[in-house]
Amino acid sequence: MAGKTLYDKIWDAHVVDTQDGESILYIDLHLIHEVTTPQAFAGLRANRRGVRRPDRTLAVADHNVPTEGQALGVDAVADEEARLQLQTLGKNVAEYGIEYFPMGDIRNGIVHVVGPEQGRTQPGMTIVCGDSHTSTHGAFGALAHGIGTSEVEHVLATQTLRQKKAKNFRVRIEGEPAPGVGAKDYALAVIGEIGTAGGTGYVIEYAGSAVRALSMEGRMTLCNLTIEGGARAGLVAPDETTFEYIKGRPAAPKGGAWEMALSYWKTFFTDEDAVFDREIVLDAATIAPSVTWGTSPEDVIPITGVVPSPDSFDTPDKRASAARALEYMGLTAGQKITDAKVDVVFIGSCTNSRIEDLRAAAAIAEGRRVAEGVRAMVVPGSGLVAAQAEEEGLDEVFKAAGFEWREPGCSMCLGMNPDKLTPGQRSASTSNRNFEGRQGRGGRTHLMSPAMAAAAAIAGHIADVRDFLK
Amino acid sequence: MEAFTRLDAKAAPLPLANIDTDQIIPKQFLKTVERKGLAKGLFYEYRTDEQGRENPDFVLNQPAYKGAGVLITGDNFGCGSSREHAPWALMDFGIKAVISTSFADIFYNNCFQNGLLPVVLKAEEVQQLMDEARGGNHVTSIDLEAQTVTSPSGAVFRFEIDPNRKAKMLRGLDAIGETLQAAPSIDLYEQKRALAQPWLEGA
Ligand code: SF4
Repeated sequence: MAGKTLYDKIWDAHVVDTQDGESILYIDLHLIHEVTTPQAFAGLRANRRGVRRPDRTLAVADHNVPTEGQALGVDAVADEEARLQLQTLGKNVAEYGIEYFPMGDIRNGIVHVVGPEQGRTQPGMTIVCGDSHTSTHGAFGALAHGIGTSEVEHVLATQTLRQKKAKNFRVRIEGEPAPGVGAKDYALAVIGEIGTAGGTGYVIEYAGSAVRALSMEGRMTLCNLTIEGGARAGLVAPDETTFEYIKGRPAAPKGGAWEMALSYWKTFFTDEDAVFDREIVLDAATIAPSVTWGTSPEDVIPITGVVPSPDSFDTPDKRASAARALEYMGLTAGQKITDAKVDVVFIGSCTNSRIEDLRAAAAIAEGRRVAEGVRAMVVPGSGLVAAQAEEEGLDEVFKAAGFEWREPGCSMCLGMNPDKLTPGQRSASTSNRNFEGRQGRGGRTHLMSPAMAAAAAIAGHIADVRDFLK
Repeated sequence: MEAFTRLDAKAAPLPLANIDTDQIIPKQFLKTVERKGLAKGLFYEYRTDEQGRENPDFVLNQPAYKGAGVLITGDNFGCGSSREHAPWALMDFGIKAVISTSFADIFYNNCFQNGLLPVVLKAEEVQQLMDEARGGNHVTSIDLEAQTVTSPSGAVFRFEIDPNRKAKMLRGLDAIGETLQAAPSIDLYEQKRALAQPWLEGA
């Protein structure tokens, strides 16, 4: 019999029962936030059900919090509906005894930054959250994916999820990257290669020497973007880098339990003879700093590339979508992408708002100035990331260069809070979605790495980070 | 959840690929704490212009497609976020089934939680249904029991669906109630886990 993949092992360890071909999977950690939970709690109440494991649930306020004045708490939120949503979460967690980091708590931040930072995210776990970028936590070798609100209610009530097993897909990235190339570029390259639906029905395991060489922050960026390739979850097998990251964090096992946990975690890897349903191999050395030109994350080109023509696509609806994207983005086929001027630069989101991301952006910003007419903002992923950056003096570097240093949250990643683009504005963004209207109605988003976004802020147009490396 | 057995309704064609959840329902409509009333946000940026006026060109604004119960659309429909507001908005608007060549995974799942039927057909079948749907004076029929879609001209296309999901859809079953029948297995699993991974207890 063939060996098992990492995904197979995590799956097998969590099957509670199987009912007519569907498995009931036990959920080790349930992360919740204000936007996708009010209807779930309302459903629980309507059916007189409780929360089975409040101790395995953690709540944060992230999607619609403003990025200034957070110390004032919920009352400071100007938008009435957003305030009601935050208050509703506060009431729900109090009623059911769920731990909550509210606005203004230094531990609060974007849900996918907070879980790992607190040591809540651990190898071999099943983790869900009513947010598609839950795939981020796969960086620790945890099976983690987004769920809808009905499923949030299901997990609250039963601590399980009904699932069908997905297929196994391995993406190997081998070799050494060129200078200026990192996890964000790998992720965009993978999506460019397989397309936004290429991973549908699969769980992707990232392997290969270039993945092994990534820090936990880099692995999180890679797994975060897995959903943009259509796969629900991405995985990286845990190793010393993983254990080192978790050790000593608030929820990490301590003392004798640490050794016990470590030996358990070390059982989570893909067997040599395991078989994957699909596999691709990328050479890290051939991946260039990447940027998107259109309104889908698969619309990716190297920074040295030109905007493609709709005629170059193979199906009528793809050609129609590309033509619509060009019009929406205000670009012409054949133009150099570095000629696109930017109005706004956003460094943040659960893809790229961790300390390493801020360091990479600050290294480019240091001693330089944001171009005239560009609004550049840095939104750290959590209060703790902000504190760490401030300790390292990164906030001063950014401010001296003309960047705004904001308070943590999802912010302009989706523009549910006051940070948004106005129609026609073009942004260089470290987030994960360049959909029409994502960052504000009519806003034009180009996805790229933190260093590339910082370079765009300085240059005033989309720029090649390699021209800025000292 | 309402049961889905058979649907005879007008179909509206929306021939674009990769329609994401931000397009189905933009974020400004996610601030609600209710499931109902989301129809006003459905395809908001297609249906209205920047001043909030109705865009007469958009298919669902055209009188011919008023009351459409089926949406026919391009590849990879529903990609993007996990927001269940997308199926809620479609249903609140009166759409009960979506036909496409493929759906994004979380959206597909969310449809079943709400009794919205996602139907996957071959590219040429979807194309024919779109062509026949133009003009709006027609009825497209979907029979879940038989797993067929019948076009206005009478062409019959069969679709695949997971038998378990189909059964639940036909009966309008509540998944939580069903899972709770397995409560003893969940108890047992938790007891074993507490012994093997004690560091996860009493966090
Ligand atoms: S930062 Fe963006 S992608 Fe991440 S959880 Fe927030 S809204 Fe979602």
